[in-house]
Amino acid sequence: MRRSFIAQNPSVLWFLAALGLFTLVITVLSEFTGAGVIPTSFVKTLGKTLCLCLIAIAMDVVWGYCGILSLGHFAFFGIGGYAVGMWLMYARTETIVLESLSTQVIPPTPQEISDAIGNQIFGVVGSSEFPLIWAFADSLLLQLLMVVLVPGLLALVFGWLAFRSRVTGVYLSILTQAMTLALSLYLFQNDSGLRGNNGLSGLQNIPGFETTPQSAVSIVFFWASAAALAAGYVFFAWVVSGKMGSVVQGIRDNEARVRFLGYHVESYKLFIFTVTAIVSGIAGALYYPQAGIINPGEIAPIASIYLAVWVAIGGRGRLYGAVIGAAFVSLLSSWFTGGGAPPINLGFYTVQWTDWWLVLLGLSFVAVTLFFPRGIGGLFDYLVKKP
Amino acid sequence: MNSTLLEVSGLSVSFDGFRAINNLSVQFPETGMRAIIGPNGAGKTTFMDIVTGKTRPDEGHVIWGERSISLLGMSESEIAMQGIGRKFQKPTVFETQTVRQNLAMALKNPRSPFAVLMHRRTAANGTRIDKIAGEIGLSDSLMRVAGELSHGQKQWLEIGMLLAQDPRLLLVDEPAAGMTVEEREKTTDILREAAKTCAVVVVEHDMEFVRRLDCRVTVLHEGSVLAEGSLDHVTADQAVIDVYLGRSNA
Ligand SMILES: Nc1ncnc2c1ncn2[C@@H]1O[C@H](COP(=O)(O)OP(=O)(O)OP(=O)(O)O)[C@@H](O)[C@H]1O
Ligand SMILES: [Mg+2]
Repeated sequence: MRRSFIAQNPSVLWFLAALGLFTLVITVLSEFTGAGVIPTSFVKTLGKTLCLCLIAIAMDVVWGYCGILSLGHFAFFGIGGYAVGMWLMYARTETIVLESLSTQVIPPTPQEISDAIGNQIFGVVGSSEFPLIWAFADSLLLQLLMVVLVPGLLALVFGWLAFRSRVTGVYLSILTQAMTLALSLYLFQNDSGLRGNNGLSGLQNIPGFETTPQSAVSIVFFWASAAALAAGYVFFAWVVSGKMGSVVQGIRDNEARVRFLGYHVESYKLFIFTVTAIVSGIAGALYYPQAGIINPGEIAPIASIYLAVWVAIGGRGRLYGAVIGAAFVSLLSSWFTGGGAPPINLGFYTVQWTDWWLVLLGLSFVAVTLFFPRGIGGLFDYLVKKP
Repeated sequence: MNSTLLEVSGLSVSFDGFRAINNLSVQFPETGMRAIIGPNGAGKTTFMDIVTGKTRPDEGHVIWGERSISLLGMSESEIAMQGIGRKFQKPTVFETQTVRQNLAMALKNPRSPFAVLMHRRTAANGTRIDKIAGEIGLSDSLMRVAGELSHGQKQWLEIGMLLAQDPRLLLVDEPAAGMTVEEREKTTDILREAAKTCAVVVVEHDMEFVRRLDCRVTVLHEGSVLAEGSLDHVTADQAVIDVYLGRSNA
């Protein structure tokens, strides 16, 4: 079975080889191993990019393969980030608080410790009480479980309600936008329990590894992101190959036909929607410790729309297309918006890329949709000759 | 010897006040062919929509099988799993997938997502696919992408997908539309072969095609049965002549 899976999907091997080589080269050139050609901040950017590639393949499976244009998958990404961020913030604050209290003559009571941590974390929103959702924040294991459970359950409930009522097409897309908007608006509130618009910060400091330099921390997260992307890629390649792939693509192309063949289409959509949501949550949990901060703006509806744009530009319906699209567009985006691109002086007007990048992206999206529906990934079709 | 497989009685459905099906009652035996003819808009496709669960009727009963269960209230996929296969008026196959994949998807096997995810190819399934491909004349095209097939081949593939479900009732909507004379003959053969083991209901406009099916004919008009019997019998019926001559000059 393994052999036939790889034999049927040679692109999986190529992808894994390319990803492995990339990881090796970056590691060798990083500050961690001493070559120092690539600064730690850029290692983090690359690690984050790998996480974006992971959510992009999830998006490709749900949209490119199953035909559900979800414009809400960044909500799951954000939830994954918040879940891991809660532990990171709690555990680090706890260390700091314990250190400062240790100088006191009378040993502090557990209540005093808890109050002090609460004060540190929620002081910015004028509170010191731990909201209920922080109940497990002291346990890394339970918070990691949340990374999977919360996006999974949210997707399950949302998907069940939407698919059962046979909401499809643009209406479903709008509904997913509403979901991510509602979540982000909720998180913006100070009494949401997640520090309102301040979000969670200091996530790059890993409790227990305070003395480890960021150059090492960054490379470990880079590896973890690469491993997650590799595992996600193989998993999704397996899901969309074989009979499941047939049914899922059948649903995309003609839902009614699949139904009249006896398949319960809603269950399949729910399965794909939930599994991709879980993977998005995992991607987010790896992303935000590298970003260092998460706030509700990250789950704004526009983020999920960008995700669809990446997949469309990369070429939907092929996993490596999603990876290429996410990597290419997001790196280009940070180059343009980060001032990397030199302004163009037209004499009468100077094109500042921070302002014009979005226009360029929008135009590329339109151009790809109209003229290259197969996206960048479609270029590989010219390389691989048909047998 | 041939008990009733599907019994429809007192069926009515209206779309915005227009009665597409009007107190329709009709029965189909376990095996054998039945042709349904009738002018455009007679309600033939709507009848199939109701039986397969796509449209809910306003009134009436749809009773299925020896245990006389009602199909109303079942979902499309549940009805399909009862053994009712349906071919659409417009050929609908999965164009981006190969003929083999199309047939494999239709093959009678567990249909839950988990079973499908864990599904592996077996020799038994392979033999079944080869056999059906032979019956529909697509043995040499198994690895071809369905989108590349000719119109007639797509129609056959869709019929093959119905056969792969091991159906007890086949509802076939206008299988001969757009086919050449030879293709029609072949389609007739496939359907007649299928009718030996299950009930086959064919909706068709083309009288020559119906004649070749050589079976009992039900004439539908304005949502109810106008006449039923052999083709010669119904075409001699004055009411049928009036409907056909009155509406068109065919
Ligand atoms: N979903 C619907 N909404 C509104 N009207 C409908 C719907 N489905 C069918 N009708 C109407 O019901 C009538 C019967 O349609 P139906 O498709 O069953 O006819 P038919 O006998 O299959 O005709 P044809 O030979 O043209 O295929 C038509 O007048 C059609 O316009
Ligand atoms: Mg019709």
